[in-house]
Amino acid sequence: MQFFLEVLVGGLLAGVMYSMVAIGFVLIYKASGIFNFAQGSMVLFAALTFVSLVEKGLNFWLALAATLLVMVLLAVAVGRLVLRPLVNRPPMVLFMATLGLSFMLEGAAQWLWGAQVHALSLGIEDRPFDVGGVFISEFDLFAATTAALLVTALSLAFNRTRTGLRLRAVADDPLAALAVGVHIEGLWAVVWSAAGAVALVAGLLWGARTGVQFSLSLIVLKALPVLIIGGFSSIPGAIVGGLLVGASEKLAEVYAGPLVGGGIENWFPYVLALLFLFYRPFGLFGERTVQRI
Amino acid sequence: MNASTLTSPAAARPPRTGAVSYRSVLLALVTGLFAFGVLPFIGNDYLFSAVLVPLLVFSLAGLGLNILTGYAGQLSVGSAAFMAIGAFATYNLALRLPGLPLLVSFALGGLLAALFGLLVGLPSLRIKGFYLIVSTLAAQFFVQWVFVKFSWFSNDDASGVISAPRLQVAGIDFGSPAGRYLFTLAIVSVLTWLARNLVHSATGRNWMAVRDMDTAAAVIGIPTGRVKLLAFGVSSFYLGVAGALWAFAYVGTVEPHGFDLARSFQILFIVIIGGMGSIAGSFIGAAFIVLFPVLLSNLAATWLSGVIDPGNVENVQKIVFGALIILFLIKEPDGLARLLQATWHRLRARHRKP
Repeated sequence: MQFFLEVLVGGLLAGVMYSMVAIGFVLIYKASGIFNFAQGSMVLFAALTFVSLVEKGLNFWLALAATLLVMVLLAVAVGRLVLRPLVNRPPMVLFMATLGLSFMLEGAAQWLWGAQVHALSLGIEDRPFDVGGVFISEFDLFAATTAALLVTALSLAFNRTRTGLRLRAVADDPLAALAVGVHIEGLWAVVWSAAGAVALVAGLLWGARTGVQFSLSLIVLKALPVLIIGGFSSIPGAIVGGLLVGASEKLAEVYAGPLVGGGIENWFPYVLALLFLFYRPFGLFGERTVQRI
Repeated sequence: MNASTLTSPAAARPPRTGAVSYRSVLLALVTGLFAFGVLPFIGNDYLFSAVLVPLLVFSLAGLGLNILTGYAGQLSVGSAAFMAIGAFATYNLALRLPGLPLLVSFALGGLLAALFGLLVGLPSLRIKGFYLIVSTLAAQFFVQWVFVKFSWFSNDDASGVISAPRLQVAGIDFGSPAGRYLFTLAIVSVLTWLARNLVHSATGRNWMAVRDMDTAAAVIGIPTGRVKLLAFGVSSFYLGVAGALWAFAYVGTVEPHGFDLARSFQILFIVIIGGMGSIAGSFIGAAFIVLFPVLLSNLAATWLSGVIDPGNVENVQKIVFGALIILFLIKEPDGLARLLQATWHRLRARHRKP
């Protein structure tokens, strides 16, 4: 039982990380209906930029500010150069465009900052401590707290500010929002910047755990099932979906894995997501937007 | 996505789905004669093994994905999974049924890939659009896992990398670089001809109807579900044969890591850059994917030697591919194929003017 709990907690905490990446997706999807495959590359790009600036001697906060600025510039550039020319094109085309964007970001990140693994320390030790017989890492708790703060801040921004109101208007009905004078390109910049900031936070947390390296951009592949399960347009959905994927993949690996030779972590979330697509295609918290034929 | 935008009557191009024109038959004949009759004698081993064979294999794979994505409008990011199934099935058939002619095991390998494609395509009956990438990504990861984990498929070889058996058809050995080229060329030519006929038939028109507007297609009585599944099956057959050719005629080994997610993306790029819904586009896109890295590394070694150091060629390549994808989606969604065609018509129109 204790072992089960430990696996479960470990899975849930890994799930927090998945949720962080998924939140970035949800932001962009809500505001522009785009499934942004480049979110994972943005995580890599942000983390690599930050860690390289720190290695160049900048202090922590300056580097953080500079990286945020870079992500904002990136957001503006994406809006101008990619999104605006592709307005009114099918979602599939936009998805493929973000695929191209992710290649550009991966190439640029490694060209600028090199492909080696960078160690990153946030000053929090990865030290396990005992909570009622279950060992929990201090770092995981820190990550979970950061995620909780981030979600609170985002939902406040969504529900309590004018920009948030505009965002909800655009998500609800883009044409009506345009008709009442919402400046949609400005919103794109805001949303992609927010997604960039989330990517930076996620990159720092993942990077502190695993080192900042190329594999960061692959967490996009973990976030996809999270989104299907949670629903594409819901931040609470991204959290619950992330926790569900994290916990179930670890439990499946530990309990069902040995029966088939292990290593099922990679595809198990997808099978789970496929089941959801069949029985609840809009996810746990999403709106019913999946078109059926 | 493929709206035929006919310009002035003088520059009108033959409609996409029209009858066979005299000129296109001539073009096919000349290309065929050159590829079969001239190239094998003038080419060298490098040209065959490093350029022409991968070009043909990539073209076939691109053609397979183009049937699914370009013609039937179903996005897939799991092409490499079907290639892997084709390669491993062909290998195991050749290994475990020694009497089977090689061509038959190629065909059966393709059919097994097609069966798997039908399975992966099942969710497309209920969901559409980019949700389908979940099902195809699931296939991608699952297939790779199966071939890595279960060593039965690689004949319990410890390294997981097995060399493919010799290419032999009816007692004739196709093991030399020129032989492998001819073998690949023959298979690719036949399959391209079949694909061309297929997309110009009622089946192809059904695919395009589903792609362009599935509701309307259903209204006029096209069985959309069956049509989509057929696209998945045919596409996977082509990808399966391409995978088998990849293993047998190109790299000479069968290993799961050759068929990873990066390969799937590569094939998607062939289709985007070459031209969605165009058979010629698959070949042009494949040529681009094969030749561009060679060109870039040569450029980096000569003119741009101060700008790009050799270690960064791969990153520059990624940036350029990414940028090209976005550029093509924005400026020319029908890809290089359409671009070349438009240039040709413009040149001819200028030439005709007094």
